[in-house]
Amino acid sequence: MIDFIARRLVSIVPVLAVVAIFVFLMLRLTPGDPAAVIAGDNATSDQIADIRAKLGLDLPIWQQFAIWIGDMLHGNFGESFFFKKTVASLIAQRIEPTLALAICTLILAVVIAVPLGVIAAYRHGTAVDRIVMGFSVLGFSVPVFVIGYCLIYVFAIYLGWLPVQGYTRIGVDFGGFLEHMILPSVSLAVIYIALIARITRASVLEVLNEDYIRTARAKGLSNRVVLMRHALRNAAVPILTVIGIGVALLIGGAVVTESVYGLPGLGRLTVEAVLSRDFPTIQAVILMFSVVYVLINLLIDIAYTLFDPRIRY
Amino acid sequence: MTKTTINRRTFGILSTGAIVSAAATARAQGKKVVRFVQNGNLTILDPIWTTAYVTRNHGYFIYDTLFAIDEHNAVKPQMVDKYEVSADKTLWTFTLRDGLEWHDGKPVTSDDCIASVKRWGARDTMGQKLMDFVKEMKAVNAKTFTMQLKEPYGLVLDSLGKPSSNVPFMMPKAVAETDPFKQIGSQIGSGPFIYVNAESKPGEKHVYIKNPKYKPRSDPPSGLAGGKIVKVDRVEVVEMPDPQQQVNAIIAGEIDLIEQPPHDLLPVLKTDKGVQLVNWNPLGQQFIFRMNWTQPPFNNPKMRMAALLCVRQEDYLKATVGSPEYYKVSSAAFVSGTPNAFEAPNDFLIKPNYEKAKQLLKEAGYDGTPVVLMQSTTLPVLTNMAPVTKSLLEQGGFKVDMQSMDWQTLVTRRTKKDPPSQGGWNIFHTFSVAADILNPISCSYMAANGDKAWFGWPNDPEMEKLRDSYSKETDPAKAKELAHAVQNRAIETAQYGWVGQWYGPGAARKNITGWLKAPVPVMWNIDKA
Repeated sequence: MIDFIARRLVSIVPVLAVVAIFVFLMLRLTPGDPAAVIAGDNATSDQIADIRAKLGLDLPIWQQFAIWIGDMLHGNFGESFFFKKTVASLIAQRIEPTLALAICTLILAVVIAVPLGVIAAYRHGTAVDRIVMGFSVLGFSVPVFVIGYCLIYVFAIYLGWLPVQGYTRIGVDFGGFLEHMILPSVSLAVIYIALIARITRASVLEVLNEDYIRTARAKGLSNRVVLMRHALRNAAVPILTVIGIGVALLIGGAVVTESVYGLPGLGRLTVEAVLSRDFPTIQAVILMFSVVYVLINLLIDIAYTLFDPRIRY
Repeated sequence: MTKTTINRRTFGILSTGAIVSAAATARAQGKKVVRFVQNGNLTILDPIWTTAYVTRNHGYFIYDTLFAIDEHNAVKPQMVDKYEVSADKTLWTFTLRDGLEWHDGKPVTSDDCIASVKRWGARDTMGQKLMDFVKEMKAVNAKTFTMQLKEPYGLVLDSLGKPSSNVPFMMPKAVAETDPFKQIGSQIGSGPFIYVNAESKPGEKHVYIKNPKYKPRSDPPSGLAGGKIVKVDRVEVVEMPDPQQQVNAIIAGEIDLIEQPPHDLLPVLKTDKGVQLVNWNPLGQQFIFRMNWTQPPFNNPKMRMAALLCVRQEDYLKATVGSPEYYKVSSAAFVSGTPNAFEAPNDFLIKPNYEKAKQLLKEAGYDGTPVVLMQSTTLPVLTNMAPVTKSLLEQGGFKVDMQSMDWQTLVTRRTKKDPPSQGGWNIFHTFSVAADILNPISCSYMAANGDKAWFGWPNDPEMEKLRDSYSKETDPAKAKELAHAVQNRAIETAQYGWVGQWYGPGAARKNITGWLKAPVPVMWNIDKA
């Protein structure tokens, strides 16, 4: 197991190298000049050229890349072109809302989707199954921002129960934090619930036809025990896989959700950085997301062994 | 079942308790807090390093200016107590008001002001022009300094009282000595608000508190001039990029002010009982379209004139602004309703003359090569401009290749002087706040000094002579005549197209009062009931 984890951690290096080269080249080769954005609408070509020189953007691409990689190897992610802050401090400032959104969404999705999927499988072919699957299709089909705006209209504008936007840090006011997390988490969880419920249903349905389930029932075990201890545990591997894959969905969804609800998280930082061509910030955030994605998949692989003792690395 | 009910109830009580407790704490503090949403995120905090309007607005919070314009666009002393000009109009002497202090408690001195004017003069187009005339600036004493000119310059006060980007804000000498092409690191000013760095989080909010030591002028506030009396304890500039979210938030009472909601959402705000629309910028903005003088076909004046003859301003304004309540058709380049405004004859830019346009195309030998029109798709206020231009030009006989891109790509591409087939361009649209374009010097679109001119790089020595004469003219009546001549010359050479004025009111909760009429949204004088 330790060998496996070490191997996987080492494999992050080439992944990051490829991502780094790709992101760096993509930003330099696509149109968009941060100096022009900084200079503003009234600036002349000469002023833009001066700013470009100060930012080092007039250097050959290979030289800019070498400087960036050199800095990265020394743990320096660089300074944002705009904020006059280090990228590391910007990320540290923005990570809490994204992390909170991801965790709340994940908890909400798993707590709702897994039971729904199990119930749908158990009530296979009944109205309950059709309702759950109908919801699943709807959840996939409706974009996050539509769900977001509908929820805002009903719960924030019409009923006035929850705030329209914004974020309160957990350490400042826990009540405010919860208030501000409910609508974004629900909005983002919908698609995730749809995905997990669908996979859970399919996996459990497959397991329910196995001989050991019949044996468990023959032993006189209750439906709850059969479903939760025997069926769900054996169906867990595909469910865990989809939760892992869903993290990518979560990262993409966070960008939209944070924009709709005005959460000052990494998703919005990415959008702002892309729109303003803040190269150091974009590069660092994308590398960070890559690391997170690889690590989560590693955790999922490790978790397989907990649910299925036959799996060994 | 019972257990579930208890848990839910407990959770509800705890949550509500926490929320009520937080609200009670805020109330108990008894502070007046105004939450304001601007058009765009504030990322750069140096108003000399960038011309971005959000950064200019930040400047007005924390910095002060030597002069400022009032609501009638007259330049008035602001930090300056009194000023004198010598009989030959080459020596200006400025004396600062008593009691001016930086936020760190140090006094504002002549040296600070000289360094600030120099840094601004290195970056701003109007500042550069002023500095061309300045022989030297000298501190007479801590409160008095002089500006010795090489020859009389008619725009000394207009330059120092420039209301919009880049504004000559005064900074401490140590800060103002920063390389003008590098961003400053300090936020110490002498303005009516203090920037709270510890509480400000870019992308979330920027916090400004009332400067308790600020000594406002005794005259009443007017435009950007007069007494800057702060009536609230704290202003939070909330970063909220989505206009729909801004509107939802102001209706729900979560924010107090929106700088300029988009026109399509104004009807929603108008019908809400808790919100009022405030026309804080009565001069409004002006759309323009710019042609590239360095590349065919617009290197030919007949082709440029043909393009201008296709313009019908109302088409642009209807497509972008919508309601006539918020736009004005005008053929005046220097903004209708201001001293240098002149309506051009023959409904120029108001009614198209396609026949004459086609005739000019024929005379110019237009070969039908499509003109490359850049369309910005990310600034809602500009998105509909290019399709209108395409339609109008096609009616006049042009072939148009409209290329859509985000605004940042457009601002990069417009710097390229290459042929359109190699990444260059022929036409693009933008807009300016009226305060930026009130005279031939501040209006960068009028500069015609070739490579040094604004994008499109018009090269017209005659225009430059006129602008130069305007800048040197100290008699207001003669200056006005010269401004008229500049506009006529711009029409004669078809330098660029000004394609309509428009207005965007701000939105405020009904308990907000005192939003001053000015070209910039300023937060002094605002009160919250």
